[in-house]
Amino acid sequence: MKPSAFAYARPRALEEAFALLDKHGENAKLLAGGQSLLASLNMRLAAPEILVDIGAIPGLDGIAVRGQTLVIGARTTHRAIERSEAVAKHAPLLAQAAPHIAHVAIRNAGTLGGSLAMADPAAEWPACCVALQATIVVTSKKGERRVAATDFFKDLYTTALGAGELITAVEIPCVEKGERHAFLELVRRRGDYAIVGLAARARLKGKTLSGVQLVYLGVGVTPVQAKGAMAALEGKTADDAAIRAAQDAIARDLEPNADIYTSAEAKRHLARVLVARAVAALVG
Amino acid sequence: MEDRVEATITVNGTRLTRRIEPRMHLIDFLREELGLTGSHVSCEHGVCGACTVRVDGEIRRGCLTLAVQADGRTVDTVEGLSDSGELAVLQQAFHERNALQCGYCTPGMLLTAQALIKEHPEATREEIREFMSGNLCRCTGYQAIIDAIETVLRTPRTEGVR
Ligand SMILES: Cc1cc2nc3c(=O)[nH]c(=O)nc-3n(C[C@H](O)[C@H](O)[C@H](O)COP(=O)(O)OP(=O)(O)OC[C@H]3O[C@@H](n4cnc5c(N)ncnc54)[C@H](O)[C@@H]3O)c2cc1C
Ligand code: FES
Ligand code: FES
Repeated sequence: MKPSAFAYARPRALEEAFALLDKHGENAKLLAGGQSLLASLNMRLAAPEILVDIGAIPGLDGIAVRGQTLVIGARTTHRAIERSEAVAKHAPLLAQAAPHIAHVAIRNAGTLGGSLAMADPAAEWPACCVALQATIVVTSKKGERRVAATDFFKDLYTTALGAGELITAVEIPCVEKGERHAFLELVRRRGDYAIVGLAARARLKGKTLSGVQLVYLGVGVTPVQAKGAMAALEGKTADDAAIRAAQDAIARDLEPNADIYTSAEAKRHLARVLVARAVAALVG
Repeated sequence: MEDRVEATITVNGTRLTRRIEPRMHLIDFLREELGLTGSHVSCEHGVCGACTVRVDGEIRRGCLTLAVQADGRTVDTVEGLSDSGELAVLQQAFHERNALQCGYCTPGMLLTAQALIKEHPEATREEIREFMSGNLCRCTGYQAIIDAIETVLRTPRTEGVR
């Protein structure tokens, strides 16, 4: 379908964007890559009066290393992240996850900030940001504030973003020595939203795991930290017994909702499969 | 009611300036305003790939791009890339391998496959499938399309064809 009519603005500075958001309030929508927003406008799920295209605002894209932090601009595309050597080196989880997002033509346009603001529970970036303990930099006319990724995703398609706020960047602690990342996802077809996916991270000393993060996508209304399974692996040798304990904990950690294709029980089963594969990948 | 917005876009090498309704998709601008009906439009929400075009050299969904977003950019369609000869080898392979029936998906398939050929000429059959997974075909069953792309990738490059 075609979207209903809207006005269009392409501000050249953040201040201009804030002024437009101020003026139009709820009737304005930010436009980044458009890969979620335009689809929903086409389906007439939303009908904003004005789109504020952030495409011409300087300083919102690019990937930089500052000390021990990888800083990725909100407007950086999925594809730029996928291709970045700095990302592969300092946040391999993101490099592993990127090829799972949609298809190349969509990754060429879709952005990190758009994906986080959208907060689809089956999307890759939100789960990765939680697993990496990233910080989301949010800016408004009042200035900048930083929100931990663990506090950012509030509910289904709902984030900590307030009115008049824009995500400007994401800060990710660079991978440390001995730290391993694994991203795994089950889909019917490459590029689909995950049935179940897992962003995993741990430090490895010999075969002992610590600082374990297991964050699922596709099993709840937000990314879900599997805290029981994380605890079951913490400080343990990555052997069959530890994996079984983590799998048992998963049954208690997750309460997945069935979707039209997959039952809750099937999702729980797939989540157990993924935790075993993730541990193997982390120590492999 | 809403004001049109002026945009300057270079389409298949020709620079043009038009006043465009903001809600107009790039694909509809190309097809309806410029008469470039080679690229198709089907699902209009990003799932089928029939509307694939190039923006600044990279493939995009024409139905998930506003024409006004292409202001200051270059857009290439199957018409331009056929005329320049860039797609000739791939088109020949599609023809020889029967990689199209109704042809509705073909322009999108060609642009996507050409992106793969440029970026990842070593792709295995499995990787070809993954790269092409965002382009739907209701006729061929895909095997012939993958065959055609694989043929091009495995044929030694001749001077000047790409
Ligand atoms: C067929 C298809 C398959 C897909 N598959 C996947 C998939 O497997 N995994 C996945 O993760 N995604 C998938 N996507 C979605 C895609 O990744 C989107 O690109 C992404 O969700 C949104 O990014 P965007 O830049 O396109 O944002 P837009 O569509 O422009 O915006 C999305 C929302 O975020 C808001 N927004 C955008 N930027 C900012 C900002 N900087 N600050 C505050 N708010 C902002 C907008 O107002 C809007 O509400 C798919 C999309 C399609 C069409
Ligand atoms: S018409 Fe654009 S992807 Fe289907
Ligand atoms: S040839 Fe008919 S849709 Fe592909």
